[in-house]
Amino acid sequence: MKKFIKYIAIPVVAFGFVACEPEFDTPIDDGTFYTSGEADFSNYVALGNSLTAGFADSALYITGQENSYPNIMAQQFALAGGGDFSQPLMNDNLGGLLLGGNQITQNRFVLATDENGNPGPAILAGMPTTDVGNVLSGNFNNMGVPGAKSFHLVAPGYGNVAGVPTGQANPYYARFASSPDATVLGDAIAQNPTFFSLWIGNNDILGYATSGGSGVDQTGNFDPTTYGSNDITDPNVFASVYEQQVSTLVGTGAQGALVNLPDVTSIPFFTTVPAQAIPLDAATAATLNAAFGAYNTQVLPGLAQFGVITPAEAAARQINFAEGANFVTMQDDDLTDISAIIQGPPFNLDPITAGVLATLRQATASDLVPLTAAGVLGTQNEETFNLLTSLGVPAEQAAQQSINGVTVPLADQFVLSTTEQARITTAQQAYNATIQELASNLDLAYVDARAALQQVASGGTSFNGGVLTSTFVTGGAFSLDGVHPTPRGYALTANTIIDAVNTQYGSTIPNVDLGDYATITLSNDVN
Amino acid sequence: MKKVLSVLVLLLVCAVTYAGGYRVSLQGQKSLAMGHTGVAVVNSAELAFFNPAGLIHLENKLNISVGGFGVFSDVAYQNTQFGTSAQTESPVGTPVYLYASYKVSEKFALGLAVYTPYGSTVEYPTDWSGSHLVNSIELSSIYVQPLFSWEVVEGRFSIGGGPILAIGSVNFNRNLTRNLTDIDGNRSNVTIDAAGITEFGYSVSAMLNIDNQDKWKLGFNYRSQIDVQVEAGDGEAVFANIPNSPLAPIANGTFDFTASLPLPAEWTWGLSYKPNDKWLFAFDYNYAEWSAYDSLDLNFLAADGSVALESINPRNYKDASTIRFGMQYSPMDKLDLRVGYYFDESPVQDGFFAPETPRNDSDGFTAGLSFNVSEKLAIDASFLYLKFKEVDASYDAFLESDGTPAPFAGTYKSSAVVAGLGLSYKL
Repeated sequence: MKKFIKYIAIPVVAFGFVACEPEFDTPIDDGTFYTSGEADFSNYVALGNSLTAGFADSALYITGQENSYPNIMAQQFALAGGGDFSQPLMNDNLGGLLLGGNQITQNRFVLATDENGNPGPAILAGMPTTDVGNVLSGNFNNMGVPGAKSFHLVAPGYGNVAGVPTGQANPYYARFASSPDATVLGDAIAQNPTFFSLWIGNNDILGYATSGGSGVDQTGNFDPTTYGSNDITDPNVFASVYEQQVSTLVGTGAQGALVNLPDVTSIPFFTTVPAQAIPLDAATAATLNAAFGAYNTQVLPGLAQFGVITPAEAAARQINFAEGANFVTMQDDDLTDISAIIQGPPFNLDPITAGVLATLRQATASDLVPLTAAGVLGTQNEETFNLLTSLGVPAEQAAQQSINGVTVPLADQFVLSTTEQARITTAQQAYNATIQELASNLDLAYVDARAALQQVASGGTSFNGGVLTSTFVTGGAFSLDGVHPTPRGYALTANTIIDAVNTQYGSTIPNVDLGDYATITLSNDVN
Repeated sequence: MKKVLSVLVLLLVCAVTYAGGYRVSLQGQKSLAMGHTGVAVVNSAELAFFNPAGLIHLENKLNISVGGFGVFSDVAYQNTQFGTSAQTESPVGTPVYLYASYKVSEKFALGLAVYTPYGSTVEYPTDWSGSHLVNSIELSSIYVQPLFSWEVVEGRFSIGGGPILAIGSVNFNRNLTRNLTDIDGNRSNVTIDAAGITEFGYSVSAMLNIDNQDKWKLGFNYRSQIDVQVEAGDGEAVFANIPNSPLAPIANGTFDFTASLPLPAEWTWGLSYKPNDKWLFAFDYNYAEWSAYDSLDLNFLAADGSVALESINPRNYKDASTIRFGMQYSPMDKLDLRVGYYFDESPVQDGFFAPETPRNDSDGFTAGLSFNVSEKLAIDASFLYLKFKEVDASYDAFLESDGTPAPFAGTYKSSAVVAGLGLSYKL
């Protein structure tokens, strides 16, 4: 009896051990399937601005941070020796910031429907709970600071809570700066990173771009402390601080990836609202042409004749409407301001008309109208309407003279003119040359985010389950602020950087599946 | 016996489970130990499942077999392209059976069979990379079947069968899409739950004593297809973490749903050879009409009965065969030893490998024994080791909301060990 049981028991025990766990021939999670090559991902620190922080929908919030490209990369790095990745998480998914209990930044956008069921971005309702004064302790691998420009990463006091109300400090960095006079770079270095990524410089041109070029091109001014928030940073200033940052990071023995700056024309903030946005019928077009007749045929040729403006400017300033879609009218502060001279003889125009004509021109297909103008175009400008009616202009006529983008030219902030775009491109190319040269000289991974986003903007990037495009709301790549990516857009960013890192260091980090990442967030819990 | 029991305990320690497919071929200890053959084997009341026509050939007036199994099985998934992986943490499956037969006359016997031929329990880590297809599924069925067995030609040919009452239940959870969440990032998901769904079917069988000497026997059994139909009101579907938006596919809350799942028909032919009292050889061939499982379609109903959301999940199964061999050696009156082997063909076709039933072809190796405590009572034990090849597979029928296909691909590896214990009683 015992003998027989032995015969049964031995194979059964063998069965048990063989079949307990389903085991792959080459399991991917045993730490050897994917390799880090010459890189060491054990302590990855990411430096940058809002893009690095995971900012989206005009706010920073927890789920956005969880889908930041550094966090996505860190999860993939973990397959090949990568360590934990900590982030200065916000307190909620509303995204607004408090300072001393008062809300200082608005909540995030969500896609809501109006009473007619039409979808559109709206601000998520609720009282935010993230107070800037509640400073977090500890190190954070994600050193992305929304709003930071290149020189801010080395500016002491940029994380001083006391400086937030005056605009001297950044509320996001104030939340996790190691001390009031710490620098972002210093806090990053203190973590002894083995690997870093640096994506900075976007805001050195983006503020100028999103404000429709209302800032100043500071090229030639080497003192960034004198810059306004919408100014373009001097390329030499950029090169100097960028080189300082990279050499400091490399000086610790860390390897890393440098990410270049995409074109502003790749983002839906500038590609959603067409410059040719004003639909007119034949009668209205004729009336308007009559109203601008004297400007076209007398004022402009006259000014050209006097040498106030060049004949080319006179030609560029012609206003003409036709039946169908028309280009908006706009104030272009790169044109000659004629408001004073046309109030005198021989034109003798009234101040209001002179104000309209001051730097007036009609937009062309090359001008970019920012998303912020979407709600303004074609609407009645109440300020102008009220002014005109108070001066005794009949309501009907006043209304006709108060149409935004037609009789009330768009303010400078609502159009990024070709001239302004050229300034941005010049600076961007200079920055990118610096970034590429440094990457090459120091044998760092060079990430061409510009090319990746161009691909998304011009035809799209395919993934398992669709095509990622930059179309606003529906394209999948960009969040509802039109500037920052969605989680899926950040996943594409992570893949782009991973590819460059693999190429540079011979590592085999896998991409993520873009289809697993969300796009825009739906909610009708809005104000 | 102590050693055998300690082996069982050892098996319990590795608490990993697998339940692929949803036909669970564990309908008797003696049969399983012989590769789950038994259509042409006159052995015990297990015939109530395998071939009721044979019940009349049992020597005793009353025969009872009862038992159960522990199914320890799991499946691992990985995708080398994206570095994703997951392993199920499925609970131990416990299929059971109870069979009884009673000879009313020399030519006629009545019987009862209670068994669990279909079921599946798979639990993946919640929100794993295939969670838009399944997070967890628990499918079970109990068949209750009164039987008759009639010897039509004495010593030669008998028939049997009876109606089946099937009681089915299902609990299934999956995420709605690959990425939809509420405002706090919690994945939108649906749980459907329905229990106690009753349907009817039948089985018929025949047995032929080929040589008239009880050495060669031929058996046949057919069990009909039973469709488990969930009608409105039979169960509930609970949607959770859906964003508060009319743009979402459906709202949070509980909905009625309709669904249909086939429990396919199965044909079995078998041959047995018993040269003497010490040896028995058996061969079975199963043909399961899995092509009935074309698509798993669910309709979620609004309060007014209209369809609020439909879920179409193509399965496109094909009919599949299983080939089984078994042998029994009885060195002494007290002991019967058994071994067996079977090859189980998967009904899943290329491009339709859904992780809720991650089943590829498998080889089953079985062994077992009966310890005959007395003339009347035997303790039966059986073991099954199901060997699966690692397989690269994909489910290509998942569509994004805009209709774009989003295949879910990867490498799967399953493992399964089954241990069972039962009692046979005859009087």
